[in-house]
This record gives sequence, C-alpha cells and structure tokens, in this order.
Amino acid sequence: MKYDVNEQGFYGDFGGAFIPEMLYPNIQELKSSYRKILNDDAFKKELASLLKDYVGRPTPLYFAKRLSEHYGSNIYLKREDLCHTGAHKINNTLGQVLLAQRLNKSRIIAETGAGQHGVATATACALMGLECIVYMGAKDIERQAPNVSRMKMLGAEVRSVHSGSKTLKDATNEAIRDWINNQEDTHYIIGSVVGPDPYPDLVTQLQAIISEEIKKQMDGLPTHVVACVGGGSNAIGAFYHFLEDETVKLIGVEAGGLGIKTDKSAATLALGSRGVLHASMSYLMQTSDGQVIEPHSISAGLDYPGIGPLHAHLHDCKRVLYSNVTDQEALEAANRLMQLEGIIPALESSHALAYLEKMTFNSKDKIVINLSGRGDKDMSTYINAAT
Amino acid sequence: MSTLKKVLETKKEGLLNIYCTAGYPELNDLPTIVNALHDAGVDMVEIGIPYSDPIADGETIQKSNAVALKNGITIDLIFEQLKECTPDIPKVVMTYFNPVFKYGLEHFCQQCQKVGVDGIIIPDLPIGLYQASYEEMFKNYGLSPIFLITPQTSKDRLQLIDDLSSAFIYAVSSSSTTGKATGGLSDGNTYLSGLKDLGLKHPILVGFNISTSDDLALVQKHAHGGIIGSAFIKYLSDKPSPEVAAQQFVKEITKG
Repeated sequence: MKYDVNEQGFYGDFGGAFIPEMLYPNIQELKSSYRKILNDDAFKKELASLLKDYVGRPTPLYFAKRLSEHYGSNIYLKREDLCHTGAHKINNTLGQVLLAQRLNKSRIIAETGAGQHGVATATACALMGLECIVYMGAKDIERQAPNVSRMKMLGAEVRSVHSGSKTLKDATNEAIRDWINNQEDTHYIIGSVVGPDPYPDLVTQLQAIISEEIKKQMDGLPTHVVACVGGGSNAIGAFYHFLEDETVKLIGVEAGGLGIKTDKSAATLALGSRGVLHASMSYLMQTSDGQVIEPHSISAGLDYPGIGPLHAHLHDCKRVLYSNVTDQEALEAANRLMQLEGIIPALESSHALAYLEKMTFNSKDKIVINLSGRGDKDMSTYINAAT
Repeated sequence: MSTLKKVLETKKEGLLNIYCTAGYPELNDLPTIVNALHDAGVDMVEIGIPYSDPIADGETIQKSNAVALKNGITIDLIFEQLKECTPDIPKVVMTYFNPVFKYGLEHFCQQCQKVGVDGIIIPDLPIGLYQASYEEMFKNYGLSPIFLITPQTSKDRLQLIDDLSSAFIYAVSSSSTTGKATGGLSDGNTYLSGLKDLGLKHPILVGFNISTSDDLALVQKHAHGGIIGSAFIKYLSDKPSPEVAAQQFVKEITKG
C-alpha cells in the first residue's frame, strides 16, 4: 500500500523513533516481531473471535434517515459506539494484549485522555488476567469521572498525572517514563496512531478493521468518509482501506476548541509546525522555542497538541482534507444527533458530525461518519451545556 | 582541541560532571552556578536546556524544567548566559530533539561554538538520523556528540557508539529515568564493574541515580567519572544562595 510505513519507520517525512537509548531494546523487540505476530494465523483467529463475540463486530453501518433528510443527502453512521466499552478503542487494546502475551509481558501500561482507551485497556487486561496501570492527567480525571470509576472496577490502577497541562500529553509522557523504568515485564499499549515506530503502524493495522467493514457493508464506494482526529486512531481506522480509492474524499476533523484564532484550540494541523512529540516526527503545537503548547478542547479525547505521523503525511500529500470545528459546533451537532436519531454521541465523534454543517451536498452523495464512541462519559458536559 | 577533550586527556580518572538546569532556580542563575562549580573543582558541567516534555527525566528534573520555563528561559537567553560563564570549565549541553530541531540544528550548533560549548547530549536523537544528517554538522562546529549507553545496549551498538563518539560516553547506571534513586548503587553491581572491560576507546562517565558521595566514589572507581544531576537540583531547590549551595554540594559529594 503506497501510504504504508517504510522500513525506517517513516511515512514520508514523518514518524521514526525518537527514543532515548533506554527504550531501544523494547522498541526493537516490538519492531522485529509485531508484523509477524499480527499476520500469524493463530493470532488472527483469536483476535477475530474476540472481536466478533466479545466486542460485537462487525459494528453496523447505519443509514441515518432523519439526519440524511435534514441535510438532503445520504448519511451513514459507522457505529463504533456500539462496540463493547463504547468506543473503537477496544479494537486496538485487544490486539495489543494478545501481542503482549506473545511477547511474554505480564504488566500492561496505558495512557488515556477521555478514558475510553483506559477503559478499553482495563477491559482487555481483565479479560486476559493481566496487571493494568493507566496514566491519566489530573484534569481529565476530574472531567471524565465515570470512566475513572469504570477502570477501577475493572481492576486497573489509575495513576493521576500532575505534570504539564495535566491532560493526555502528560499522561503519555508518564506512561513512556514508566516503560523506561519497567522494561522487562511491561508492554505499553499506546492508544492512538502516535508514538515511536512501530506504534503508529501497529495501531493503524488494528483499527483498519473499521474501513474494512465499511467497504463490505456499503454498496459501492462512499463519496466521503468523515472522522474526528485527536491522535487520529479512529480516523485512520475509517480511512485506511479507502486511501488508495482516490475518488473517496477523506476528511479529518480536528478540535478547534474556542476557535483557531484564539489560543484555546487543539487543531494541530491548522496551528502546528513540524517537530517531535512522543517520539515521532509529525506536526505539533509549539512555541518558536520548541516548547509544546497546552491545547484546549471540550473533548478530552481530542485535547492533544500532536497528531499521528501518518495523518501529517496524508495532510502534506493532500490525500486527506483536515478541517476543524469548535467546542460549540460539536455540542450543537451532538444535540442534533440526539434529537434526530436518538443516539448520544461522544464529544469526540460530535466533531465529525459537526463537519456536516460545513459541507455542501449532492443528493447522491454517500457520506460515512465514523461514530467513534458513545456519549455516556460526556453526560455532565452535555447537561452543563444545556443549562 | 576543545576544553572538554583537553580535560579528558589530562585527567583519566575521578572525573566529576555536574548537571544544572538553565533558568533554575532563578532565571539568571546559570553563570553564578557554573562559575561556582568551577571554583569548587568540578571537571565539567552539563547544562540542561529546559523542555516542556522531558520523557527521560524523573520528577526532580521535570520540575526544574517546568520552573525554568515558567521563569521565562529561552534558548537564546541561555546562549547569552553562557557568555558570562568562565571559559575554563568544559561545557556540554543536554536537551531534547524538539527544541533544537525547532531552533534549527545548524543555528544551534553555531551558537554552541560561539559560546564555548564542546558537547551535546540529545537523548532522543536516533543514532541513524545523527549519522545521516548531523554528523558532519557537529564536526564542522567542533561539537562532540555524547551518546547514552545502558546495561541493555548490545555489543554491536556499543561499538557503533564508540566509533561515533569524540569525547566521552554517558553510561546510565541502570535503565531508568533520571533521579530514580532506589537506595543507592551497590559495589556488587556487575554492570558498573564491567564497564572498563567493554574495551571502548572513549572514557565512560556514569550518570543517573548517583545521589551520595558513596555512589560517586563507586562510579569513579569503576568508570572514568560520574555525572550528578537530580541530587544537585534537589539540593539547590531550598538554598538561599545558589553560589554557596553549589560549593557546599561539591564539598559534600566529594568527601570520603
């Protein structure tokens, strides 16, 4: 596939493994084995069975009739919100837990922002009987309380991170530090298509099932696939098998926060420049001195100052169009879906839905929105916004 | 020949390198601290250029980075401050790839040369990328790259790192983040006692988790010297005068 990672771990100019020497053995071990394990028949069989019977895949591709009528077009929702644990994140964590078992790792660490990846990791670890530690920014612990309780109930230890902006970026730093300090028995399940090579590709391969299913479920190709982008795992999952179908318009929607003209935003591709964050070269929001800027989004899962290296590449080669919507636009889109379709979407996914307001439609268009997660975790934000 | 290489040539053992974070504890303390360390007999200093996301650093150095950034430190200001430091003590800078990349690597190297920096430690700079893109540049500006090795670094990789080095090699005492002191280093540490038998051409300085005079004596016995970071930063944190603190710290850490 022409957009796949190369031998050196790069997508065009982006990617690589900017890691300290202390992580070199771990990354090498993973790099030399992950493709082989992912392609192993027994692994594929075990993962497929779990995805079917435990996660509930394939998730429906639902034709949203009233939403379609509202916009005068044909809108399909890929229902990742119906996955066990309520988001696409479980596709990745189950795959990585099986991978960790094959690498003989007994301890799992993860970072989380909204808590969806943390819950999905805690779930997979409970299922496999593995120790699970989740790093979460103190600010996110506060605003995503239900998911913190879920992780704890599932047996995970949630470690509060107080450095930096106390959000996803800092939780990721802390997970990387944990891995440096506990290399031999620990596997780090990174939650998005970010981090050092081979993680962006590993997570891409595990999330690609989303677009694989869309392709099978749809009669012909869609005209558009729209997904929200923080680190970018649900978007890559929804885009991957369409990347070489150049007629399909792919749209990634970043979190504009209060707007990209304010200093409260998380729209990395709109506001960022090239640099290295979390060990890969990509775009990131930074000062002229290379200090990472603390982002803002109403959605904890999109509140990230970087973006996966494959997205950076797809942006530069113009295969994917990246746009952004504000906190307010996302909230309005969430309400629209609730009222027209009876679905409460995650705040993250609401960003993808909000992009519909910016599109011009042809009545024959077939638009797929990746509904990456459900909104249970966001109830307090929705309630506060409504009052 | 750089000041750093001269020191490494004349002093073959018992080297002491002390790390300080530029802009910490106060914005303009760097020259005072560096000059005091020199007066106290320290062989070289490692100057940390703060970064918002220092993944190889433990809590102490993370905090000093955050404080320094809050104080308003910038790379340009650090280069200004370095001009006020005595030229007699060898200086290496330690930072992460992103600040240097954003600043511009060549511009950064130029500035280093201008203010008498002899070596650069960028722990997250991949060796392959260094060879492909920056080796010539570092040479042109008389800068020695300083690479980290760990107990897990393979023989082939050690050889490569030794070949690419031109000053010293930075051995981390155990694979960890900085300042992860877990009760001191022990004399029975086979990694430390085996360092001199690795057969490397360049001197080895051991850093990470050296917090007492015993730790320092131990690494100075087994390697060519030691590097102290977190312990010094911690020491500075509650002292009124960084100058007095620097001298006092060196006295305490080198006793015995």
